[in-house]
Amino acid sequence: MSIEVIIFFLVAISAIVSAVLMVIQRNPVKSVLFMIVNFFCLAIIYLLLHAQFIAIIQILVYAGAIMVLFLFVIMLLNLGDESLLKEKANFRKMIAYLLSGVILLELIIGIILPPNTFLQTQSPEAVKIGSVEAIGASLFNNYLLPFEAVSILLLAAIVGVVVLAKKKFK
Amino acid sequence: MELLISVIKIVVVMGVMLGIVAYVVLLERRLSAAIQNRIGPNRVGWQGLLQPIADVVKLVFKEDIVPLKSNRFIHDLAPIISLAVALTTFAVVPFGDKINLFGYDIKLQIADVNIGILFILALTSLGVYGLTLSGWSSNSKYALLGGVRSSAQMISYELSMGLAVLGVVMIAGSLQLDTIVEAQAGWKWNIILQPIGFITFVTAAFAETNRLPFDLPEAEPELVAGYHTEYSGMKFAAYYLSEYANMFVSSAIITTLYLGGWQVPFVHSFGFSDFWIGIIQVFGFLTKVILFVSFFIIIRWTIPRFRYDQLMNLGWKFMLPVSILNLLITGLVILLLS
Amino acid sequence: MLTDFGKVFIFFLIGGLFVAAGLIAAWVIRPKRWYPSKLSTYECGEIPVGDAIVKFNIRFYVIALIFLIFDVEVVFLFPWAVVFKNLGMFAFIEMLVFLSILFVGYAYVWVKGDLEWDKPAPQLPSINSKQLKISTPQTTPD
Repeated sequence: MSIEVIIFFLVAISAIVSAVLMVIQRNPVKSVLFMIVNFFCLAIIYLLLHAQFIAIIQILVYAGAIMVLFLFVIMLLNLGDESLLKEKANFRKMIAYLLSGVILLELIIGIILPPNTFLQTQSPEAVKIGSVEAIGASLFNNYLLPFEAVSILLLAAIVGVVVLAKKKFK
Repeated sequence: MELLISVIKIVVVMGVMLGIVAYVVLLERRLSAAIQNRIGPNRVGWQGLLQPIADVVKLVFKEDIVPLKSNRFIHDLAPIISLAVALTTFAVVPFGDKINLFGYDIKLQIADVNIGILFILALTSLGVYGLTLSGWSSNSKYALLGGVRSSAQMISYELSMGLAVLGVVMIAGSLQLDTIVEAQAGWKWNIILQPIGFITFVTAAFAETNRLPFDLPEAEPELVAGYHTEYSGMKFAAYYLSEYANMFVSSAIITTLYLGGWQVPFVHSFGFSDFWIGIIQVFGFLTKVILFVSFFIIIRWTIPRFRYDQLMNLGWKFMLPVSILNLLITGLVILLLS
Repeated sequence: MLTDFGKVFIFFLIGGLFVAAGLIAAWVIRPKRWYPSKLSTYECGEIPVGDAIVKFNIRFYVIALIFLIFDVEVVFLFPWAVVFKNLGMFAFIEMLVFLSILFVGYAYVWVKGDLEWDKPAPQLPSINSKQLKISTPQTTPD
């Protein structure tokens, strides 16, 4: 086993453990912390795939911006006694178990069934795709329209924020 | 062998950095004393030079007080996050050119990451947690207000910081800090090419490090000590150290991005050997950084604190448009010159 | 073979070792003599009133949301800045369009007043001599 594979398994296991801990934590702030750990593990996996830009975005936008927002919401709502949040509807729980079971099954089938693409080495061309330069070049050559569409999407999000804030304010 | 060199380099850099940061604390106390016409600490050792050691010994013996209703785990974790983020940022900063030592070519930079600038911005954005979590976990009103203020302040100025640094990226055409320093060879320092970017970046750096005039998170007259009101002993020391580490590291980043990094003008015209040029460049870098740290300190003791609405207005209504404008001007100039 | 990110990780580990050594040393040495009033939170020497975790102003949440959107915008600018010199005029116009669309959003937020931060109006304490009642300024905490 090469060192990359060892790192991959270490990181993947800690990603799963932190995800589970995030779900079963009673304290919402601790959940946020475990989610940040999870994002870190994902970032390292992206790095192993030589997708440096995506890796750093994972930390910059997800861990650095979205989780700050989560933390704000938790502090804003001030849930207080977390034990009151216990789920009571068992029916909903059953559906959740069922769905996650199906997804797990799907993953297992995807890994086991041929063609077996698990643990293959990357081609040298694929390594270059993840760099910032390559992303910049393809963004402005091949994907111009989606890029401009993103700005419209962001504009819509800004308008949405303003409308949401106004509703609660006055 | 490569691994061994890296580890030795890392240990040396970490030790030197922590030493410098400890003495920056002394520098601040002596400089502020000079500004306020006092003497400052001068009893421990010659001119107070052993003061940092005395401070550490005192803080080690201090009792660790965690408020009763606080969240113990997060209370312990928050200062560690703060300090770790502050220290790790230095890993990508180049502090010298290649140097030949005992037959090995040693690059004077811990890690030459090719997305260096984004790495710095990502770590800066994580620094928010150290302050917010300490405020939340202390279960103290002052700490909470300090933590919330700091996070809103830091995210507001992060945008201007990212936008300001884009001008430098456009000129160098790379995110790698090493390339950016090399692009500033001679007198092509970015402070001359990017004056607006420099000013916005420095302002944002002041806000990110929570230094005066942006130290709203720990404004003494209203919030006691802000987010670290409920900290004592070594955990307080960790916060104290991380403030100065942040100051040192941001000075190092500003030096790298705008003040030519380790470049020393005219160094090649004196006919030194390559080895000595390398040494001079490292000292040139350290001199620039220490001078900038002194600038941080002088600003703190001369300018009064902003009010919170002024701070947010400056960030959102002035810094943001100005840095976007700087970006467009830089783009136009590059287009016209090429 | 050690990649650059591996070096960053070692740097992080050794930094953590320094910090942990300090914290553990202090934990061993320092006195531990606690009693309830020492462990209460600081509130100017008074007994703390109420819960410390108050519901704070919603404006902080709005600022965080707007920040998130502009952060994504800045992230899109980085690949552009790196390849800008090679692409030239075309990329500049592209980015001008991108930025002007977002500038509309920025202007909208500004006009709608979500960037406004309440300026604390000076509220002087006044004394009503007839009822002998002193009214102190009531401000919301930011």
